[in-house]
Amino acid sequence: MSSAVTAGGRARRRTAPTRVPYAFLTPAVIFFVLFLLLPIGYTVYLSLRREHVSGLGLGAGARKEIFVGLANYRAALHDSELWRSAGRVLVYGGLLVPTMLALALLFALLLDVPRTRWRRFSRVAIFLPYAVPAVIASLLWGFLYLPSVSPIQWVLEKVGVHDVDLLSSTTIYFSLANIALWGGVGFNMIVMYTALRAVPREIYESARIDGASEVQIALRIKIPLITPALIMTGVFSTIATLQVFSEPTTLRPLTNSLSTTWTPLMKIYQDAFARDDIYSAAATSIVLAGITLVFSFGFLRLLQARAFGQER
Amino acid sequence: MSTVRVPAPPATSRRILRDPEAGPARSRPAVGPTIVLLVGALYCLFPVAWVLIAASKSTAQLFHSFTLSPSTSLFGNIGDLSSYEGGIYWRWMANTALYAGVGALLSAGLSGLTGYTLAKYRFRGRSTIFNILLAGVLVPGITLAIPQYLLLAKVGITDSYLSVLLPSIISPYGIYLSRIYAAAAVPDSLIEAARTDGASELRIFGSVAVPSMLPGLVTVFLFQFVAIWNNFLLPFIMLSDDRKFPLTVGLYTMLNQGNTTPALYTLVVTGVLLAIIPLVALFLSLQRYWRIDLFSGAVKG
Repeated sequence: MSSAVTAGGRARRRTAPTRVPYAFLTPAVIFFVLFLLLPIGYTVYLSLRREHVSGLGLGAGARKEIFVGLANYRAALHDSELWRSAGRVLVYGGLLVPTMLALALLFALLLDVPRTRWRRFSRVAIFLPYAVPAVIASLLWGFLYLPSVSPIQWVLEKVGVHDVDLLSSTTIYFSLANIALWGGVGFNMIVMYTALRAVPREIYESARIDGASEVQIALRIKIPLITPALIMTGVFSTIATLQVFSEPTTLRPLTNSLSTTWTPLMKIYQDAFARDDIYSAAATSIVLAGITLVFSFGFLRLLQARAFGQER
Repeated sequence: MSTVRVPAPPATSRRILRDPEAGPARSRPAVGPTIVLLVGALYCLFPVAWVLIAASKSTAQLFHSFTLSPSTSLFGNIGDLSSYEGGIYWRWMANTALYAGVGALLSAGLSGLTGYTLAKYRFRGRSTIFNILLAGVLVPGITLAIPQYLLLAKVGITDSYLSVLLPSIISPYGIYLSRIYAAAAVPDSLIEAARTDGASELRIFGSVAVPSMLPGLVTVFLFQFVAIWNNFLLPFIMLSDDRKFPLTVGLYTMLNQGNTTPALYTLVVTGVLLAIIPLVALFLSLQRYWRIDLFSGAVKG
C-alpha cells in the first residue's frame, strides 16, 4: 500500500465517520418520536381541552374544542369511581406483588441449593406460563374457576367445602391475583436466579466453614447480595399491576363481579370508547402514567441507595 | 455482569473444604427443596394439563363429565374450530405470528442497530440521546395505547396491520440491552480491521456486529415477541375487522359470544390449547436465551 493512498481517502476511512452514527440513530429516533413522544404530547394537549357545545349543538361550528386548563384533571381527581378502581387495584396488587416476589425468591433460592434434584425440570416448568399471554391465561383459569367445569370446585366439594364461588365479588381478587401470579412468578424467579448465579461460589465457602446452615447463608448472604434484582422485579411487578387490564377484561364475560370500570385502565378505556369522552380519558391517562412514574422513580432511588449506598 | 473474577481455590483445598457441589455430599439429595420446587412446577403445569383434557371433550362432556377424565373428541373439536366462521381461527394464528414475529424481528433489528451505534461510535449528543431513549423504559407502555390510537385515527390508519405493527417496533428496553451487549461482545479491533479493509459502516454492522451480538439479539427478539403477543389492549383498540385480529382478541370475542352459545366454550378451550402449543415449543427451543440479568442487562448464554 503506498503512503499516498493512505494519506488520501483511506486515512479518513480509518477513523469512525462522523455522520454515520446520526444516520444509524435516525430510524430509532423517528419511531421514538412518532410512537412515544408524540402520543404523550397529544394526550397532554387533549387533557387540557374539552368539546364545547353552543346552542343546541346543531350546525357547523356549534361544536368546537376549547382550552379548559386543568378542569379535566380536577374532574378526574374528583371522580369517585376512579378512586374506587384504584382501591381495587391496590387490594389486588397488595395480594399479588408480595406473594409473587416471595414465591419467586423462595424458588430461586431453592434452585440455588446444590443438592436439589430435578432443578432443570422445575425451572422450565415454573417459567413456562410466562410464554402464555395474559388473555389466554385468563381464559384458561376462567374455565378452571367456572363452577360447571372446574376441577378446583370438584376438589373443594370432595373435602366438604360447598358453594364456594371463585368468581364472587370478594374471591375475584384472589382469583385474579392467582392468574397474574401463575404467569409472573417464573419470570421473576429467573431474574433472581440469574442474579444468584452471578455471585462467586467462593463467598459461601467461608460461611460454610464457620458452620452456617444453608438457610442462614440464604438469609444473611444471598438475599442481601441480590437486593438490586429484588427491587427491579418489584418495580416491574408494581408497574404491571397498576396497568392491569387484560385479566379482568377477559374474565368479565364469566362473572357479574367485575364492572366495566374495575381497574383504572379499564375506566380510561370506558371513558374513551364507551362514553366517547377522550378528554377525560386523556387526563386520567396522564394521572395514571404520573403515578406509575412516581412509583418507578421511588423504587429506583431506593435501588440506588441500597445498591451503591453501602459501598461508601 | 460478573467482571470480577475470583480465582478458584486450588483443587486440594477444595476437597478439604468439601464443596457441596462436588464430592460425596452431592449424593445426598435435598428432599425438602426438591419437593417444594416440584409442587411449584405442578401448579404451573396443572392448567395446561387441564386444558389438554378439556379440549378432548365434546360440549356436553365439558359441562357434565368428570372434569379430569379425558375423552376422544379432540380432533372433532379441532375440526369444528377450523370450520368456525370459515377457518378464521387459523387466520388469527397467522396474524399473531405476523404481529409478534415480524414486529419482534424489526424491533430486534432496530434495537441492535441503535444499541451498537450508541456503544461503538463517539459523537456529540450520544449520552443525551441514550438517556432520552432510556427514559422511555419508565413510560408505562400500556397507557400509550389509547393516545397511539387517537393519533393513528387522525392519520386514518387504524384498523390496519400497520396500526398494530408500527407501535410495537420501538423498544427502549431492547435498545438498552443491545447497547450493553454490543459494548461487551463486539471487539473494537474487528471493527477497525473491517474499516481498514474499506468496508462500509453498514456492512461492518451487518457482517461484524450482528454475528457477535446475535445471542443478545435473540434475547431482545424473545422479550419483544412476548411483549407484543401479550399486549391485548393495543390490537383490541386498533382493530375492528375480525379478519385482522390476533389470537388474543379473537378468542376474547369468542368467549364473549359464549355467554349465549355454550358450544363456543368448547371451541375456546380447544383454541386456547392450540395457541399454547407453538409458544411453548418456541420457548423450550430457545430456552437458553432466557438467562436474564435485568440489573446489568447481561445475558449469560
